[in-house]
Amino acid sequence: MDLTAAARPFFNMAVVVPSVLFKVRPLAGAPLRATQDPRWVRWLLTGIALGFLGFFLVLPLVAVFGEALRRGLGAYFTAVGDADALASVKLTLIAALISVPANVVFGVPAAWCIAKYSFRGKSLLITLIDLPFAVSPVISGLIYVLVFGAQGWLGPWLIEHDVKIIFAVPGIVLATTFVTFPFVARELIPLMQAQGSEEEYAAITLGANGWQTFWRVTLPNIKWGLLYGVILCNARAMGEFGAVSVVSGHIRGETNTMPLHVEILYNEYNFVGAFAVASLLALLALVTLVLKSIVEWRHAQAHAA
Amino acid sequence: MKTSNHLIFALLIFLGGTGASAKNIQLLNVSYDPTREFYAEFNPAFAAHWKAQTGDTVVIKQSHGGSGKQARGVIDGLQADVVTLALAADIDALHEVAQLIPRDWQQRLSHNASPYTSTIVFLVRKGNPKAIKDWNDLVQPGVAVITPNPKTSGGARWNYLAAWAYARRHTGSEAGAQKFVASLFKNVPVLDSGARGSTTTFVQRGIGDVLLAWENEAHLAQKEFRAEGYEIVVPSLSILAEPPVCVVDKNVKKKGTQAVAQAYLEYLFSEEGQHLAVRHFYRPTSPAVARKYAQNFPQLELVTIDAAFGGWPQAQKTHFADGGVFDQIYAR
Repeated sequence: MDLTAAARPFFNMAVVVPSVLFKVRPLAGAPLRATQDPRWVRWLLTGIALGFLGFFLVLPLVAVFGEALRRGLGAYFTAVGDADALASVKLTLIAALISVPANVVFGVPAAWCIAKYSFRGKSLLITLIDLPFAVSPVISGLIYVLVFGAQGWLGPWLIEHDVKIIFAVPGIVLATTFVTFPFVARELIPLMQAQGSEEEYAAITLGANGWQTFWRVTLPNIKWGLLYGVILCNARAMGEFGAVSVVSGHIRGETNTMPLHVEILYNEYNFVGAFAVASLLALLALVTLVLKSIVEWRHAQAHAA
Repeated sequence: MKTSNHLIFALLIFLGGTGASAKNIQLLNVSYDPTREFYAEFNPAFAAHWKAQTGDTVVIKQSHGGSGKQARGVIDGLQADVVTLALAADIDALHEVAQLIPRDWQQRLSHNASPYTSTIVFLVRKGNPKAIKDWNDLVQPGVAVITPNPKTSGGARWNYLAAWAYARRHTGSEAGAQKFVASLFKNVPVLDSGARGSTTTFVQRGIGDVLLAWENEAHLAQKEFRAEGYEIVVPSLSILAEPPVCVVDKNVKKKGTQAVAQAYLEYLFSEEGQHLAVRHFYRPTSPAVARKYAQNFPQLELVTIDAAFGGWPQAQKTHFADGGVFDQIYAR
């Protein structure tokens, strides 16, 4: 079942045929392929790349787990099982569980509108979707304080009706949703644009209604892109620090998400605790990355099929 | 065994969420940075005391950060039952900006509503390699001084005013003091937003030759990092820092926690509260406890904010308001 070996002749043909047909001519003096570079150049570049990766990615990651386990497994599990740490895990999961679906519900229709229709104000909508990428997360948090804070526009009304937004869970969910808003939509727009509207037109011509078109035609086409967007969105939602920090109020065991709790523990000289919670975050990130790779691989498979 | 108990307990809380029975009371204490360890010990002590007195269970939640930032949070709607901040000016803001408390809040408890006091000292590296003895050593070229930003940190404002008081004494003029403080801040490589941030900069990141710190913060850092051998240098003159406490009237009325919040603050002035303060290197305000632990705290000349700077509103306006003296010397 060596598919790659079976596919190789076709691959070689795909490379060779165009150069024969179009008489590809290398630039004067430039090598035709990168692999024709001298061996030492290849080794040097690969070495630099690997060294860089090791130094800036692997080493810190190892350090996080190393610090977390410095006083042994018992200390690690005590730190992870601490009530405040668990409360922060719970809050982080709640924030992600609300903001990610919300971004799917908003992101898919937004991408659909932008990619499949043309209308006045379309570029304005695209700009609005990109806004959370452009604004610093701290500013995003401050916007919510200005709107919902006791001195803000809606503050007095909210206090009168005893509705808590900032310095409580709703504010944290709002801030998380805001900063992660572009991920799903941004992932889908280029994909949907590339796919064009022909299949949808065909479906409508054959008598499908709007919902059937979306469910049977569009969604199957975008599902891998959507999943990829959801995974990225989730990673950011769990890791968000700046915006959440502004609206959190930093109440221990109540309004601290995992990144905020890590900072608090670090400031209390509780390094094992800080790195233990950080290692949980890192594990979540690794799980996310693995999922991402699986999705990418499945996506490639689906395309190849 | 202990670990598994912890785990089960934590799991119960995790699953149970915030479900609370009728006589469970929750208080929120919004505090500044270096009080973390003190309140971590004081809160259970008060909870036990309150349980013995009334039978009610009280859980005290903590929020810590730079004093000015924390005050801003309460003004913006953080539902604090009590605030325990670094200086009176930050609590004054709760009255001025949001009318959360009456103007005369500081008269409601004894000792200017400050259950413990502290002062500003220097923390230097092992063996004091730059031979720092007093404030005038901090303006020497090549000495890196770590202090937080007076705009956001209460401790930093006390640092600044202590330096000012020293310089005014030795130069005899406000102009001389301004020049001295300006050259001191020329030696500051990083301004963190809170006292704890500055301590980590000095201790963890190894930046600077001397940290201007709360006396209690300096002792805590020395204790936490015994191996590094940090030394505390007490200058010839410093400032009497009074970190005050206050019930946030508007919030406790709404939550119905007035009585317990009041009792919580009063307990800070009790014998046990004062002993705990001493354990965490705060200077007690109770004369009896102060006499008992006199040898714990070195004697030095302490000026007060009222005598040396005409009180916090005046000092705040002159030095730390937008366009004030600090802005002028730091803008350069």
